[in-house]
Amino acid sequence: MMALNIPKNKTPIAEQEPEIRNHNFKEVVLGYTLEEAITESNRCLQCLTHPCVAGCPVSIDIPGFILSLRKNDLGESIKILKSYNNLPAVCGRVCPQESQCEGKCTVGLMKDHEPVAIGKLERFVADWAASHEEIEESPQLVESETKGKVAVIGAGPSGLTVAADLAKRGYKVKIFEALHEPGGVLIYGIPEFRLPKTIVKREIRAIEELGVELEKDVVVGKTLTPEELKDEYDAIYIGTGAGTPRFMNIPGTNLNGVYSASEFLTRINLMHAYEFPKYDTPIRIGKRVVVVGAGNVAMDGSRSALRLGAEKSMIIYRRSEKEMPARIEEYHHAMEEGIEFHWLTNPIEYIGDENGNVKSVRCLKMELGEPDASGRRRPVPIEGSEFTIEADTVIEAIGQTSNKVLLSAFPELKLNKRGYIEANSETSATSVEGVYAGGDIVTGAATVILAMGAGKKSAQAIDEYLGSKKKA
Amino acid sequence: MFEILEKKQIVPKEYDMWVKAPRVASHVKPGQFVVVRTDEKGERIPLTVADFNREDGRIRLIFQTVGKSTYEMSKMNVGDFLADVVGPLGTPSEVKKHGTVLMIGGGVGIAALFPVLKELKKLGNKVITILGGRTSDLVIMKDECAEYSDELIITTDDGTAGIKGVVTDGMKMLVERGEHVDYAWAIGPTIMMKFAALTAKDLNIPIWVSLNPIMVDGTGMCGACRVTVNGNIKFACVDGPEFDGHDVAWSELMTRLKQYKDQEKISLEKYLTEVGEM
Ligand SMILES: Cc1cc2nc3c(=O)[nH]c(=O)nc-3n(C[C@H](O)[C@H](O)[C@H](O)COP(=O)(O)OP(=O)(O)OC[C@H]3O[C@@H](n4cnc5c(N)ncnc54)[C@H](O)[C@@H]3O)c2cc1C
Ligand code: FES
Repeated sequence: MMALNIPKNKTPIAEQEPEIRNHNFKEVVLGYTLEEAITESNRCLQCLTHPCVAGCPVSIDIPGFILSLRKNDLGESIKILKSYNNLPAVCGRVCPQESQCEGKCTVGLMKDHEPVAIGKLERFVADWAASHEEIEESPQLVESETKGKVAVIGAGPSGLTVAADLAKRGYKVKIFEALHEPGGVLIYGIPEFRLPKTIVKREIRAIEELGVELEKDVVVGKTLTPEELKDEYDAIYIGTGAGTPRFMNIPGTNLNGVYSASEFLTRINLMHAYEFPKYDTPIRIGKRVVVVGAGNVAMDGSRSALRLGAEKSMIIYRRSEKEMPARIEEYHHAMEEGIEFHWLTNPIEYIGDENGNVKSVRCLKMELGEPDASGRRRPVPIEGSEFTIEADTVIEAIGQTSNKVLLSAFPELKLNKRGYIEANSETSATSVEGVYAGGDIVTGAATVILAMGAGKKSAQAIDEYLGSKKKA
Repeated sequence: MFEILEKKQIVPKEYDMWVKAPRVASHVKPGQFVVVRTDEKGERIPLTVADFNREDGRIRLIFQTVGKSTYEMSKMNVGDFLADVVGPLGTPSEVKKHGTVLMIGGGVGIAALFPVLKELKKLGNKVITILGGRTSDLVIMKDECAEYSDELIITTDDGTAGIKGVVTDGMKMLVERGEHVDYAWAIGPTIMMKFAALTAKDLNIPIWVSLNPIMVDGTGMCGACRVTVNGNIKFACVDGPEFDGHDVAWSELMTRLKQYKDQEKISLEKYLTEVGEM
């Protein structure tokens, strides 16, 4: 059987050495060469069941784009990718492939075999396309007749996707973004060393070239009201993201040196604090940094802290390694870079010095008890296990809640129990006619690809809705 | 890009600017602020909207040069563009007919007090205003505040105008003379607001204060602006900036305001060297 011949491991990919990269903000993973990419594409069995496609939230024709790549027809390969995914260079870098496409890959299910490096191949093709832009067909714009006007609130992956898809279908789309740069979490959250901003900007430019208009510095609910948008547009899509950081709310939370990960990462990524004083926004970084939580956000915070010069960067997490929600690649990279992990540890107080600066974290050791509502074993404190970790910076990365700025200006919009917008999972339709919503503002903090997927489905639904309205 | 339409220096280190920002101008209410970025490398700084003209789509910003960003703004001229002006942000003031309102302003905070005072007057309140400063020349907007006040009291540390003393002396004087105050507002340096709130407590007057913590986005996305009010964490940019003055944890706020003082110094010195003023 042919399968026996395929290499067990993924084709190795070039990366910056850990001791070097933990002092700079340049991208960690350097990417495949064409030869390496073709070698890796040959590990794909082109199996008939292609379970990878079912594992992909936007059902990319994965065997298809890999087959074209194998044939060295990169133009065709990118065309296939782009027909499913407007942001392949982003998704290739940040999707949790291990629990999606690669998690289902037939090769990966064979004894001792790693799955095909689908994410790395996606990234390769997208990056190749970016440096060969003339290959990409320039989009055919139907200027004269537009099928309707759609307003999109928020320029994160969800809003960008719905905008691009509707523009391709002949709608006039305008995105309103609160910040001074579009991109959402891709710009203000995920750091440069994992997702270079030039890539995000390139993808956004491509979407603007489809005729999508983008206005920044508009906070809908404040700068413009939902009513005004309803009057001017035929449909509205809300993709405002999860938005507001949660705090542990333990004593000492407001000491100087205690950050939410959102603030810490926004200062670094959106505001370029790592280039202070060339850029004006400062950040404080101590010698010893404690990050609370173990998701992607926590990994990004702890690794950024190292790059800013912290001598020791630690992650404390109340559950164990097994429950850690971060992408596996980020966890490995973090370990290689020297991040210290303290599992089953929960902070109970931040202690400050006489000037109001945090100096240590009081913690409790935890053990895992019965499963909780999430199905994971609930961490319970071990009595008398209290101990202290010295730290001059603390970053809380324990999750988000919905931002209320837009929601409180839009009281007709029905919310779910968790405070997010209630939307139909197939169409993204909300309780208000003509208003759609998707991404983190519906699901709570999730993933880039799910936010994009919601945008895709919604573009289809908005098209159908406006089409039927026209006929009526 | 947001064009500067008018600019003048009003006192040493304080500037008065009108900026074209039609969407802000058509939606702003008294008590709200904007976040401004001077250029592509700039910081996002909150500034209260001191006045607005909905028809012409302009807003008025009055600011003091305290750090690099405000220095840079003070060097910009009519016809120049601010990179970003976003707003109106924050929850508007609770302006309604209260009866007699006492409006207390200090320093550049007078600019933030002005639109609230003006609106309260329009709503038919009896407005008594106390403006305080180190010396007479530093008390800005006296005439404009007088226009919308039934009574204007000035306090100066050196006695060059009005009562020699601080704003709280003015507050006590009013109550001693038998004035009944239904609601007070105090906007100015944090230390002034703290003492105004303490005095208001003694005098049994409810009081609003407008807090000015360090902000980043100004839309509730980061928590940089968090303050403790009545024992709870609040985000000043969305839950405020106005809060019940009796409930604010003042010393925490003052500590948090110093969080970046070393970096602010580096940034300002670098800038002043570049423009040849160091
Ligand atoms: C640090 C970090 C790391 C992450 N890492 C990964 C990863 O590796 N892989 C992965 O798949 N996912 C990751 N995620 C999650 C992922 O980024 C999000 O799920 C995704 O970005 C959600 O997309 P969205 O379009 O719904 O919202 P967002 O990306 O949050 O974008 C929302 C946009 O709307 C704007 N907005 C908000 N309110 C308004 C308003 N009232 N008016 C106008 N504009 C408004 C915001 O400014 C923002 O630009 C990470 C998240 C963070 C914070
Ligand atoms: S400034 Fe970021 S939440 Fe208030």
